[in-house]
Amino acid sequence: MNRIDRCFKELKTTGKKALIPYITGGDPRPGLTVELMHCLVESGADIIEIGVPFSDPMADGPVIQLACERALAHNTSLRDVLNMVKAFRKTDSKTAVALMGYLNPIEVMGYQVFADLAKVSGVDAVLVVDMPPEESTDLSGALKALDIQTIFLMAPTTPDKRADLICQHGEGYLYYVSVKGVTGSAALDVEDVKANLDRIRSKTDLPLAVGFGIKDGATAAAVAKIADAVIVGSALVNCVARNVNDDALIKKELSQIMLQMREAMDAAV
Amino acid sequence: MSIDLKAVTQLPTKSGHFGPYGGRFVSETLMSALDDLSELYERLSQDPEFQAEYDHDLAHYVGRPSPLYFAERLTKHVGGAKIYLKREDLNHTGAHKVNNTIGQALLAKHTGKPKVIAETGAGQHGVATATVAARLGLQCTVFMGATDIERQKLNVYRMRLLGAEVVAVNSGTATLKDAMNEAMRHWVTNVDDTFYIIGTAAGPHPYPKLVRDFQAIIGREAKRQCMEQEGRLPDALIACIGGGSNAIGLFYPFIEDESVAMYGVEAGGHGLDGDDHAAPLCKGKPGVLHGNRTYLMEDENGQIMPTHSVSAGLDYPGVGPEHSYLKDIGRVNYVAATDEEALDAFHKLTEIEGIIPALESSHAVAFGMKQAAKMDKDKIVVINLSGRGDKDIHTVAAIDGIEI
Repeated sequence: MNRIDRCFKELKTTGKKALIPYITGGDPRPGLTVELMHCLVESGADIIEIGVPFSDPMADGPVIQLACERALAHNTSLRDVLNMVKAFRKTDSKTAVALMGYLNPIEVMGYQVFADLAKVSGVDAVLVVDMPPEESTDLSGALKALDIQTIFLMAPTTPDKRADLICQHGEGYLYYVSVKGVTGSAALDVEDVKANLDRIRSKTDLPLAVGFGIKDGATAAAVAKIADAVIVGSALVNCVARNVNDDALIKKELSQIMLQMREAMDAAV
Repeated sequence: MSIDLKAVTQLPTKSGHFGPYGGRFVSETLMSALDDLSELYERLSQDPEFQAEYDHDLAHYVGRPSPLYFAERLTKHVGGAKIYLKREDLNHTGAHKVNNTIGQALLAKHTGKPKVIAETGAGQHGVATATVAARLGLQCTVFMGATDIERQKLNVYRMRLLGAEVVAVNSGTATLKDAMNEAMRHWVTNVDDTFYIIGTAAGPHPYPKLVRDFQAIIGREAKRQCMEQEGRLPDALIACIGGGSNAIGLFYPFIEDESVAMYGVEAGGHGLDGDDHAAPLCKGKPGVLHGNRTYLMEDENGQIMPTHSVSAGLDYPGVGPEHSYLKDIGRVNYVAATDEEALDAFHKLTEIEGIIPALESSHAVAFGMKQAAKMDKDKIVVINLSGRGDKDIHTVAAIDGIEI
């Protein structure tokens, strides 16, 4: 069984919700990413999303744009990020890892080459921000053949008909984008998110993860009550941005936020 | 040519594809808005009333048809084929861009969205958008790279006079591609009340199609005018290519006319041997950026490369997907002119014909003169003079070492 499916199955028996942190691979430097991944696991991560840096991150706000720029200053490539996952897997064979990024680096590498390397590296899922289900057939097919899942996004603007299509294609979990906007944007409206999640839940049994606008224990707890998973990105990347030259401080601040969220989430459900 | 050219003119497919190119590669938040836009456009493009409104605005506001002008002295100077200039520089606002913004603003009006946004490189599309927004009472925001704001100050002030807010984009390379990123980010956040007027025949479906359709007036007129003035079709069409909207506008109505050769001229910058150019069709590879699959300037890891051109409007690492397809099937030849060649053509056309071309269009003029020189005197070349050069006076003066 895929690590993501197993993760949600286990959480169901304990009644807890998944905490999914995002960091950009290679930020602030490639040598630190694997350590940060382990640090995230130690402080409560169930699944890790690793961002593949891209020169033109169209769907991201300034925080993750700058993370991409820091990673690209070290020429962090898709291949490098896959190697980071491979290195992480040497000592962690349990925690699920999803790659998150834009299509072009994968397109240039070639879908089959990418799928093979992702498999060898121990990647469990791939989320391509600018690849809606309509354009996903070839890549999802190559990944599926190797038991790697494709994660799709759902948005407040997604009408029912599209929601059906996305549910048909969905694997692993559905990533519900809580606000209209880019990553790191304004606070989410819990009532509005709940109404949308209810609508989606009537269509699918897939776990529903909510991202965008979750910055602290309180927002994480509020979302944990209504969703199956809480995704946090910009708030963590900010810890890196604040301390680019101090590895110890990055880890300390990451752990603090993660533990705070973990605790608040577990208390809320 | 064994390919069915009629079928080529019927592209894109319903899903927005030109062969492997085009499509719709955006985040989920925008998908529904693009579906709605496709549907609206399909409906209105069949609606005689909408067409009549568009035609009326082109005639009475833009000043169409634009002349097809026989450049007699330039022809003599070059000593080859007869050179005609399609005078898009004479349109209201000084470039072909307005053909498209008129059309998209009418679409915006039909959606009832009160705000429009645009990205701009040289500022021509920004000015054309600000202009139609002023006329229709729409609130307008234009995203422009900080580097371009510096080299196109005149157009920035024009936009502000027209009531538009110009937002400086400092991310990435601070040029057109970054302006487009930022416009997309703004759109994703404000999609409920904002219509995005994309300036070139690129981006997610249906933009490449609708921009082409709105610009195709250039080619339809040129065809009719050439028949009237010369009694036959031209032998070659030449247009500059950044994103490729003026080129596809001229080329599209001629795709089935196999006797007509077509040349798209990319920005050769400091030369195609190095990296300092903006010529994805000549030197790039297919990839995915800004919502479509197309030829891109990218490195071996799929990162988009910085581009260079003396003209801000061509300084873009991608190109419209229909051009990528026309390249692959061999219907259009894609070539390049360097900064130096374009500047030389800028001066030549100004001195010989009394027409100051935009630096973008100067690339087409440069290649056009070269091509005409190789052709017999009874042949006919049409060069798309996509815009006027007033906005570039400061750039050219600075290059020539003159302080204004």
